[in-house]
Amino acid sequence: MGEPALSQTGCPSGLAPPTEGENRADPAAFVRTDKQGRESLELMVQGAKCAGCIKKIEGGLLAMPGVEDARLNLSTGRLSVAWAPGVLRAGEVTEALAKLGYAAAAFDPEAARQQTDEEGRKLLRYLAVAGFAAMNIMMFSVPVWSGHGEMGEGTRTLLHWVSAIIAIPASLYAAQPFFKSAWTALRARRANMDVPISLAVFLTIGISVSETLQQGEHAYFDGITMLLFFLLIGRYLDHRLRERARTAARDLLALQSVSASRIDANGHVSAIAAREIKVGDRLQLAAGDRAPVDGVIEEGVSELDCSMLTGETLPQAGRPGSAIYSGTINLTQRLVMRATARVQDSTVAELSRLIETGEQSRAKFVRLADKAAQLYVPVVHSLAALTFLGWLFGPALLRLFGVEAADVGLRIALMNAVAVLIITCPCALGLAVPAVQVVATGRLFKRGVLVKSGDALERLAQVDVVVFDKTGTLTLGKPRLTSLVDVHTLQAAAALARTSRHPLSRALVEAAGPGAAAKAVREIPGEGIEAEMDGVLARLGRRSFAAPQAQDVADGSAELWFARGDEAPTRFAFVDALRSDAAETIAALKKRGIGIELISGDRPLAVENAARAAGIGAWAGGAAPGDKVARLNTLRAQGKRPLMVGDGLNDAAALAAAHASASPGTALEASQAASDIVIQGAGLLPLVEAIDVAKAARKRALENLQFSALYNLIAAPMAAAGLLTPLIAALAMSGSSLVVTLNALRLQMEGRSWAS
Amino acid sequence: MGIMIFLIPAAVLMGAIGLGAFFWSLRSGQYEDLDGAAHRILIDDE
Repeated sequence: MGEPALSQTGCPSGLAPPTEGENRADPAAFVRTDKQGRESLELMVQGAKCAGCIKKIEGGLLAMPGVEDARLNLSTGRLSVAWAPGVLRAGEVTEALAKLGYAAAAFDPEAARQQTDEEGRKLLRYLAVAGFAAMNIMMFSVPVWSGHGEMGEGTRTLLHWVSAIIAIPASLYAAQPFFKSAWTALRARRANMDVPISLAVFLTIGISVSETLQQGEHAYFDGITMLLFFLLIGRYLDHRLRERARTAARDLLALQSVSASRIDANGHVSAIAAREIKVGDRLQLAAGDRAPVDGVIEEGVSELDCSMLTGETLPQAGRPGSAIYSGTINLTQRLVMRATARVQDSTVAELSRLIETGEQSRAKFVRLADKAAQLYVPVVHSLAALTFLGWLFGPALLRLFGVEAADVGLRIALMNAVAVLIITCPCALGLAVPAVQVVATGRLFKRGVLVKSGDALERLAQVDVVVFDKTGTLTLGKPRLTSLVDVHTLQAAAALARTSRHPLSRALVEAAGPGAAAKAVREIPGEGIEAEMDGVLARLGRRSFAAPQAQDVADGSAELWFARGDEAPTRFAFVDALRSDAAETIAALKKRGIGIELISGDRPLAVENAARAAGIGAWAGGAAPGDKVARLNTLRAQGKRPLMVGDGLNDAAALAAAHASASPGTALEASQAASDIVIQGAGLLPLVEAIDVAKAARKRALENLQFSALYNLIAAPMAAAGLLTPLIAALAMSGSSLVVTLNALRLQMEGRSWAS
Repeated sequence: MGIMIFLIPAAVLMGAIGLGAFFWSLRSGQYEDLDGAAHRILIDDE
């Protein structure tokens, strides 16, 4: 295997830390054969940020004999690798990536196949056609406007006809998304923003063609194509936001389809995709593996990390006969389990159903733009109808009262009614909210906060209570040594601990730093480890194992005991340390008048300690996942709008039930999928910025809507009075769209001064 | 005014060429990885 030329691991620009650890899951189950008969694999790579990363990853893989193609998509983090059949194990690819310092996980090929964004491409095509038509027609309209009075009627009509030939097919093509959406809404007997848009497109084209036929002065071909161009920009921005959220969610789902090791009747172990597991399959769980399905342990004694399911930080013992749930991590010894449920029936899947029901309740949330549309549509339509009737019957009505007035005829009445529909067409309204949300999420994205959707941002702005989970959210989820112990004892204990994967052993090793590991170590599962050191027996583990005669110290912290020969035993105490900026984050949230609560599945004593340290007054320990959901429902019943911040599977249902939800980047996939925002990096402070930006974005969006309303208040009466010309319509539409976009960009400028 | 017989088709044709070029770039996948395209230019070929 070709060694990479660069010795340093991870991103060479230092934009992302190298991801630690091995890429464990065997990707063999996800290899497929491509069109050229090569074996190919789709991988999700973490930590690739710059040109150096591309070169390192692609170069490193292409240097491996047999690899024919390696291409990294930097925007999505996807890597596709292809090699000649049979020359390579799929595992070697992920191992090579791990050596380069990048974590990689295989994609389910079925999930990967649905990646192309057809809808986005279509919208881009509509946008391009509308843009082409608008610009070309403007080229013919400017002479008409500037040659006013001097241009002969024949030339003007010729230019109108050329415009018509471009505008009619272009606008009928480019307006398809509006037609479709309006038709769907009308069939369901509702009216949305696209109904007036579609109506305006048809009426404008009709009236302009009739004007051209009669060699009239005003044709609105330029206006209608420009209108479609601006509206499609808004549509495309909105689509990109949703698509990014959908892709993020889909990536998480694809990553969840982990592989498993099945043991067949002859004792052979083979890698299979988790969804292929059948009830009764015997599965092998190496130390560090996560159980893919619910089952019963058949062989082996080990310790299990159930923190993702329960929030409990201390490992549980697992022995033959005991149940093991999907999502549990096997910590120390190899286990063999028998599956008692398929993936879709296991605990993780049950939790995702809870998430779905939570999300359905959230779907009732009405977006700001939709609220505006509900108000806007009836007003504009009645105004247009009134204009038509007013111009048609107004003069007759005036004559009844003895005022001199001549009939203007059907043509002028229709013309003015259409002018009202064109000028009030929700150009600025269509851009008002998406433009702001794109700028806001872009700004947060750069700060490591992934916002999943536009309405997530709107909900985040309304939050008035934040409910935190403890383990892995407020804390690091990793124990840290707190006892002060002399260096020699610490080093001796660490020598034993280096041979174990137990989280407390690892914390001990981290505190001790690098050093040698003890030899001939025996591990007694569920008890501890022992070895001969300098001729005496040394033991590290539970009190009952290492120091049965020592006094029990019950202060709520996790502990390890170390005893060597006849020396007095030493106690190592560990706490799950708070994130370094946890207290600062809580203080910043309090300053903004937001209430804080802590609710955890961990032992009450540990929860109380963490609450004290972080400065949280309201806390509850020993809470089951259902209790968390109940607490959130109580808060919502009180009229509050809670933001849930959590990371474990036990939080997933609560995340979905809250008004808005956030999870750290270290959270389990199911929790990230249920969250509105995901915070990358080690800190919690970006949460505060996310709330600030969401509030600022709401303010900007409201300003934009107010501006659009003001614009319509001035423009609509003008159009109704028959004062509108195509030139004024073109100026007003582009002008208002520009103002709205510039106002959205202010959010970006604020971001700069905020950061510096 | 006779010149317009040539100018109008010429103008429309130029616009259409631009539109065609955009469609081609869209179909050949040039918008799939915008960040990667920006960074790849920095990589030296040996």
